Amino acid sequence: METGGHMLLLILLSSLLPGVAIFFLKEQQFALRTALNLGGASLKFLLIIALLVGVYRDGKTYSLSVNLLPGIDLVLAADALSLLFATLSAVLWLVTTIYAIGYLEDSPNRSRFFGFFSLCVSATVGIAFSGNLITLLIFYEILTLATWPLVVHRGTAESFRAGRVYLAYTLLGGAVLLGAVVWLTLLAGSEPFAAGGYLRDLSADHGPVLIMIFAMLMAGFGVKAALLPLHSWLPRAMVAPAPVSALLHAVAVVKAGAFGIVRVLNDVYGVDLAADLGVTLPLLLLAVLTIIYGSVRAVFAEDLKQRLAFSTISQVSYIILGVALAGPIGAVGGLVHLVHQGVMKITLFFCAGNFAETLGIHRVDEMRGVGRRMPWTMTAFTLAALGMIGIPPLAGFISKWYLGLGALEAGLAWVTVVLVVSSLLNALYFLPPILRGWFSRREGPWPDERHGGGRLETHWMLLLPTVAVATMALGMGLLASLTISPLYWVTFIVEFEYGYDHIWSAIFEWETP
Amino acid sequence: MTVDVISPQIYLLCGVLLFVLGLHALVVRRHLLLKILAVNIMGSGVFMLLLGVAARGEGGIDPVPHALVITGIVVAVSATAVALVLMLKVKAATGLARLPLSGPED
Amino acid sequence: MPWMDVMADMALAPWLVILPLAGALLAGLWPAAARWWGLLTGLLTLPMALLLALQVHAHGPMVLYLGGWVPPLGIALVADGLASLMLLMTAGVGLAISLYALGYLTGETGGRWFWILWLWLWAAMNALYLSGDVFNLYVTLELVVLASVALVALAGGAAPLVAAMRYLLVSLLGSMAYLMGVALLYGSYGVLDLQGLGAQVALSAAPMLAAALMTVGLMAKSALFPLHVWLPPAHGSAPAPVSAALSALVVKVSFYLMLRLWLTVFPALPLPGLDMLMGALAMGAVLWGGLMALRASRLKQVVAYSTVAQVGYLFLLFPFLRAFPDGWKAVVFFAVAHGVAKAAVFLAAGTLQRAAGHDRLADLGAVMRGRLKTSFALGIAGASLVGLPFTGGFIAKWLLVQTALEAGLWIWVLMVLGGGLLAGAYVFRLLGPAFQPGPADPGQPLPAVMEWVPLALALLTIGLGFAGTPVLSLLTRTLTGGGG
Repeated sequence: METGGHMLLLILLSSLLPGVAIFFLKEQQFALRTALNLGGASLKFLLIIALLVGVYRDGKTYSLSVNLLPGIDLVLAADALSLLFATLSAVLWLVTTIYAIGYLEDSPNRSRFFGFFSLCVSATVGIAFSGNLITLLIFYEILTLATWPLVVHRGTAESFRAGRVYLAYTLLGGAVLLGAVVWLTLLAGSEPFAAGGYLRDLSADHGPVLIMIFAMLMAGFGVKAALLPLHSWLPRAMVAPAPVSALLHAVAVVKAGAFGIVRVLNDVYGVDLAADLGVTLPLLLLAVLTIIYGSVRAVFAEDLKQRLAFSTISQVSYIILGVALAGPIGAVGGLVHLVHQGVMKITLFFCAGNFAETLGIHRVDEMRGVGRRMPWTMTAFTLAALGMIGIPPLAGFISKWYLGLGALEAGLAWVTVVLVVSSLLNALYFLPPILRGWFSRREGPWPDERHGGGRLETHWMLLLPTVAVATMALGMGLLASLTISPLYWVTFIVEFEYGYDHIWSAIFEWETP
Repeated sequence: MTVDVISPQIYLLCGVLLFVLGLHALVVRRHLLLKILAVNIMGSGVFMLLLGVAARGEGGIDPVPHALVITGIVVAVSATAVALVLMLKVKAATGLARLPLSGPED
Repeated sequence: MPWMDVMADMALAPWLVILPLAGALLAGLWPAAARWWGLLTGLLTLPMALLLALQVHAHGPMVLYLGGWVPPLGIALVADGLASLMLLMTAGVGLAISLYALGYLTGETGGRWFWILWLWLWAAMNALYLSGDVFNLYVTLELVVLASVALVALAGGAAPLVAAMRYLLVSLLGSMAYLMGVALLYGSYGVLDLQGLGAQVALSAAPMLAAALMTVGLMAKSALFPLHVWLPPAHGSAPAPVSAALSALVVKVSFYLMLRLWLTVFPALPLPGLDMLMGALAMGAVLWGGLMALRASRLKQVVAYSTVAQVGYLFLLFPFLRAFPDGWKAVVFFAVAHGVAKAAVFLAAGTLQRAAGHDRLADLGAVMRGRLKTSFALGIAGASLVGLPFTGGFIAKWLLVQTALEAGLWIWVLMVLGGGLLAGAYVFRLLGPAFQPGPADPGQPLPAVMEWVPLALALLTIGLGFAGTPVLSLLTRTLTGGGG
């Protein structure tokens, strides 16, 4: 049971301990803080690679449990899904850390910022490695605690308002979640996550109760996943600094919610039982509504970060849509979008941060001619936005392709119509900034130009991470058929989950005729 | 014979009556001295009740309640002493030997 | 473990009373060294309490007749799981308070009296936890009250004195009601010890009246809504170590007494409607305390109202006990978790207040940024009050929700979860000033111990987050009466 548990603990501590140390650094200790930040992030990255090697090459299992209450343990374990999410978090944390160091240069309270930033990542990785529902709940709540300081970081009245809204939603969600988890634990005990779920035996006697608990779990996780109607904290939380928006919206918070929903559906209830209980269809409808709603709101948002936030609301629901289709191919689409959306959205937020930090651009109509001034950033933006729209061969296309196939497989052809409509809406809100950026001409000075006169278009610590994540987004689409791609990984997870062993080949019969 | 039976009952009743009177005064009176006296009267009521209980037993008088009353008196005296000192201090600090009508909420 | 068998032969229980009492005496006789006596007492009492808890856990409840005299004439000390847990919590928090006071009280004239009264209070609390009969419980309860009233008055000034007076009168009223109950019980059954009463109490008028009087009296002492008005001024205006002792420990004393009575003496009484009434008052406490904590403008007032709110959860005892016999354990774990967290919060508040020279919430930002250790203590202990994970508060909340769900009592599930949200709102409001823009300023220079002790207590709340199983296991060694 305890095999290799220290490895998981080390991965958690690699961000937690530097985080705690950073809090107590003085503002001027730039070098030490940077060393701790990058050291922790790199160490975590290396440890995750070691873990991947251990799991896939040497076939080791890793788990660690600590007793909390009689019959209830805190369990950390590494399965394929947790490794996927943990790898995503570790990689994006590393790039975001570099970005944030550049972005926050000379701004006050950096020690506090990076301290909570590290706590936030520790909580996310904890969510990834949670081996049962209680552990997931615990880290999910810790994430609330660690992200609030980042939302209110600027300390303005507006950010405190956003912080209040954020807390109101997430604490409420946490309370509902706690009720649901305690209830489920009373019924079924504290079981580890298991492919196919562990509630089948209860369904005969407790059907309605299980449906009720499912609804509560969805509400609890739905808050962070910004599922309609629990989404409205997210656009407000945009007052936070750009790296926070990037990490919160691409990885940590919204993904934690989506990841929770995937876990509940796959490893607690199991898709078969969930479909038998009739809960997947309402979830699917909710996801569809959220996709359309978010896209429509994004079309009308003039502030660039607001537009991205509404886009996030819409895109995260693709993940939920995928798993709610309750079939293997849809699940591949949903899970792969967990990674693809993360990388693409973080690119977009980095670009938005670059525009704001370098030229003072905050609104879409201010982007006129920015392509000439900042070609690298604008290229990254274009790649990621086109990916979001789902233009082949970019990453977003892969996601939407499998979602569409999954819908057909599940006999829900109308969902493909939703996907098409949503893609059109995506185009409607992403094409204007792209077109303006490349093809319009700027008249007059930029709103607030900084970092001018250098050889690069902006600070290298801002540019390098942006280019890196954009390249990743491109690579994930172009190289999807390689065995190191997220797609391959996800099919592996889904094969295990659904008990099929031919999805990879089945998929590539579609893919390569 | 009848006297032996009745008198403990009277003590019991008087005890309860004193307790209730004291309680009433503690709530109604505003002067701190009266409140402190009221607590003492309540205490006397309980002691009287205990004495009545002691005399009620079959085989002579039960010593345990007497021990309780003695201890209770010691406790009551100390409490009264503390209360009186505190009252004087309140008087010195606020000029009034009574509590303000509403507590300082903030 | 062989050393434990050797220790088992030693009667530890009396020492838990004798040590603080001797400390108080020495502090009085030798005022110049009062603080060191206080520290020594704390350092010696904690291991004693720990050993006692281990012994009780290993061998079950222990009864000791002082001087070999058997009740009703002699005094019996009873150490069971519940009592030893409370003693242990008191010893842990007590040591922290003593250490903190070493720094807080330097060069103050009230210092000498603080040590005498505080050690006296500690002795009285320990004696109360070990008492096995209803009359000794009364005497020790009075000792607790007198010591704590004097401690509140120690701050001097009109507000603390008025608060102390109010506290004393409410407490005396409660004591009288309790004593009346004792008289009624003795009058009916002729015994005073808890087990003896528990074996005899049956459904009739006198014990019903006694139960009602004792319960209401103790309610007033625990400051259950709507009898709470004395608490916020008393806890909010006392010196920081005193506030911590009152909110963390003294409130639990009357709760403990109530729990004992209903666990041992009155389980045979049905008292219809009591559980609903108490539950409703508990709900009132959680709502009112929470709302007032949201409105209060001073740091210590917020914390004091938080105590009013959290006392509400203690009274879920009644619906839980009625639902099933083990329901009280969740509440006791909550009491311990709250004790440690609240002490940490009050001590941290005291540090910030000293550093800033005031405790107006709106103006504390600079000091909170300047004193990170203390702000962290406030944050971690606050998280425990909210019931966020990795703290004792989370386990407590889990147990409360689990117990309420097991009993099918939905309304209390909602109350616990809703109360947690209110707590979240006021705790994050407490932390808010730290995030306002502005410089960091540590304020007045302070002894380091005033920063480290709240942090240590806050870390202890994290420790409690992993102590659920041993604590519950210790609580199974508790003496209950009536049928069980």
